[in-house]
Amino acid sequence: MMECVNYHPAMTRRLNTPLWSGLILVLVGIFSYIFLFVRWPVTRDFPWTSFVMFAIALVLLVIGFRRAERKLVPSIVMVIGIGLMAFFTFGTLVVTKMIPASHNAPAVGQKAPDFTLPDTNHQSVALSQLLAAPGSKGVVLIFYRGYW
Amino acid sequence: MQPIAISVDTPEESRDLRKKASYTFPFLSDVNADVIRRYDLLHKGAGEGGRDIARPAEFLVDRNGIVRWRNLTEDFRVRATPEQILEQVRSLR
Repeated sequence: MMECVNYHPAMTRRLNTPLWSGLILVLVGIFSYIFLFVRWPVTRDFPWTSFVMFAIALVLLVIGFRRAERKLVPSIVMVIGIGLMAFFTFGTLVVTKMIPASHNAPAVGQKAPDFTLPDTNHQSVALSQLLAAPGSKGVVLIFYRGYW
Repeated sequence: MQPIAISVDTPEESRDLRKKASYTFPFLSDVNADVIRRYDLLHKGAGEGGRDIARPAEFLVDRNGIVRWRNLTEDFRVRATPEQILEQVRSLR
């Protein structure tokens, strides 16, 4: 930030709008997903909203970089912007698919192993007991990652 | 056909979640992941602070205890939708 002031005192510093808007758009792309688009399957399962913003952000970053006379700060902004986009892309497309294969999970046609676990009132509940309840047609077991 | 939610959360944590989301079906606590392990659904170190948790999975179990349908997602953000599950429940009859 200082170099132009020191070395080109006659030059009036202009804000590199495309460059900084590009970086801001990268951040908007990431945070809008985390706080907003993650709520709906259509925007959550594949984070296309973020990728649209990233594409525009990349164009802005390149325009800003090419426009700049001194490349130091723009280079840093570019690296940060592209790094954040890469990190987000890796996190949403690769990390979320790194889950165990569960080859030995009960398959269709197999018996679901019985179990007994406490419910929210610390009362023991057995699968066999739920299935044997009057009028029971069965259950849908939903395993989930937990409160987060 | 009743849904049963299972995770490594404590009964207290599950109670909070259940209340917050206004769910009425049972939430069971598998704090030591024993059942999760027996169902081969353990995701080692994937929880907060490297805790072992369950990978998302849904099983439709009929009244005889037989698995009639299951969904093992390949991406933990992608779960079976309520519509998908209901469709399977209906197809059982």
